Parts: sequence; C-alpha cells; structure tokens
Amino acid sequence: MNRALNILAALVVLGSVAVWLALGANRGWTKTSAQIKAVDEITGIEAITYEDRFQPGLDFVGAGLAVGGALAGMGFLILATKNKRNKASQAA
Amino acid sequence: MKKQIATLILAAGFASISPAETLTFDFKDAKGVNNAVFKLDAPLEAISGSANGVSGTVKFDPENPAATTGKIVVTADTLHVPNPMMKEHMHGAQWMDVAQHKELTFEAKSLKNVKTDGNKTTADAVGTMTMKGVSKAQTVPVTITYLKDKLGARSNGQMQGDLLVIRSTFTVKRSDFGINPSAPTDKVAEEIELTLSIAGAAAK
Repeated sequence: MNRALNILAALVVLGSVAVWLALGANRGWTKTSAQIKAVDEITGIEAITYEDRFQPGLDFVGAGLAVGGALAGMGFLILATKNKRNKASQAA
Repeated sequence: MKKQIATLILAAGFASISPAETLTFDFKDAKGVNNAVFKLDAPLEAISGSANGVSGTVKFDPENPAATTGKIVVTADTLHVPNPMMKEHMHGAQWMDVAQHKELTFEAKSLKNVKTDGNKTTADAVGTMTMKGVSKAQTVPVTITYLKDKLGARSNGQMQGDLLVIRSTFTVKRSDFGINPSAPTDKVAEEIELTLSIAGAAAK
C-alpha cells in the first residue's frame, strides 16, 4: 500500500510537470484561452480574438506537487502506523 | 433674367465653398477588430486582457477636426483575461461588477492641442470617463486618422463611405472608480493602462 502510494505520488508530480512542460511551460496562472492577433489591412488595427486552449501555469504544477506530497505523506503515515503495530506485536 | 442667372451662379458658388458636412461615425464594427486593451503591472503580478464589445458614435468634420465630439462605449462583460478564475473575480461585485455596471464609457466633449497633418490629427480629448458607475473628468491623448472612401475596400464594396480610426493610450487609477480600492497594490496595480484601437464607419 505504502509503495503504491509513493509510486502514485511520483506519477502525479512528474505528470503535472510533464504536462506543464509539454503545453508551453507557462510561468503565469493557468489559462484556458489564448490570444490571437491579426492586423486589419485597411485600418492597421491589431484585432484581438481568443481561442480555447489549455495552458497550465505554475498553479497547476503547484497543485500537482501538493497532491503528490499528500499521497506521499499518506504512504509515510501508513508505513509509520504499520511499523508501530509490528513493534507492538513483537513486544507482546 | 440676367439677374436671376447671376443669383443662381452666386448661390451655386456659395454652395460649393460651404464647409464640409460633419460626418457621424458608427463604432459598432461589423468586422469586430475594435478593442480596448488593459494592463496592470504590479510588483508581484502583471495582469493584462482586452475587451471587444466596442460601440458608440463620433462626429467628425474633415475640414475641422478640432470640433470632434463623441462617445465610445465598452460593454463590461466583454472584458476578458485568459485565466477563468481571474475573469470571474474581475467581473464580480468587488472589481468591475459587470452585472450592475454594464458599460464603460468615455464621452469626448472637446479637443485641445489639436495638430493635423494630412489625414492624421493628434489632440487631447477632454471629456468624462465612466467606470463602475463613477464619472470623472478625464483628458486623454488621441490620434485620429480619417480614411476617406475606405469603407468600400473594407466591406468588399458592399458599402461606400469613410472610416475613422481612433487610437489612444492613457492610464486611470482604479481607486478613483471604486474598483476594489482596498486590494493590495503589490498584487494588483493601482494604475490601469488602457489602450483603445477602434475604427468607425460613416456610410454614404
């Protein structure tokens, strides 16, 4: 159980970092739309439109680290409880 | 008879030298290029976004650009930032309160420091800025470009007329307009830089 949680924690942390890197390594907040600029030939105005695009930010990586940390913590607690029980049973 | 002909010729002459007509430009752009960009550069965080719900009218006389007046309206719920939570907060009651205050407006009452070079006029527009229900006197620098007979080229010949392009960059203080004045300025800048790039059409 402890081992499974540690593996899951590592997967969550590495996965969030990998997704963040793969989708542009945006160093701001997570974005769900991306700006597209196009110049209007007659007026010279730069028109701004948005398209739906998920760009994870540092908050996404932070959430991945927090979830990974929580899973690893749970694994540690389970291991500690298990060791405590073993020691108690050995003493008995 | 001779007198009547002379009167007609004089009348025609006066008509031809009469001042050009003041044109009314509609800024509800069918092509949707009109936009207002906002930037807040705080020490800890830079926020930028835009709004494209621009409308309004401007009266412009090509022979007398100094007489330009008009009102530009930005629909508040078109304010957009790429982060959805930030956008929700921005539209909320503490910040822009778009449910209650549906429009941001600037009404130009007069121009000063007017300089015209060809089809381009630069000036300071004196008027009233209204945001979140608060109106304040504001003077903003504007560049007005008059594009005669360019509407046809922009509408693939479907309409004929003139275009008027207005550009302006200026700053406002968010506390002046009650935009969450208690928010820490290290995270959300007190000064909002606004850049307006808009085109209006006067069909003939």
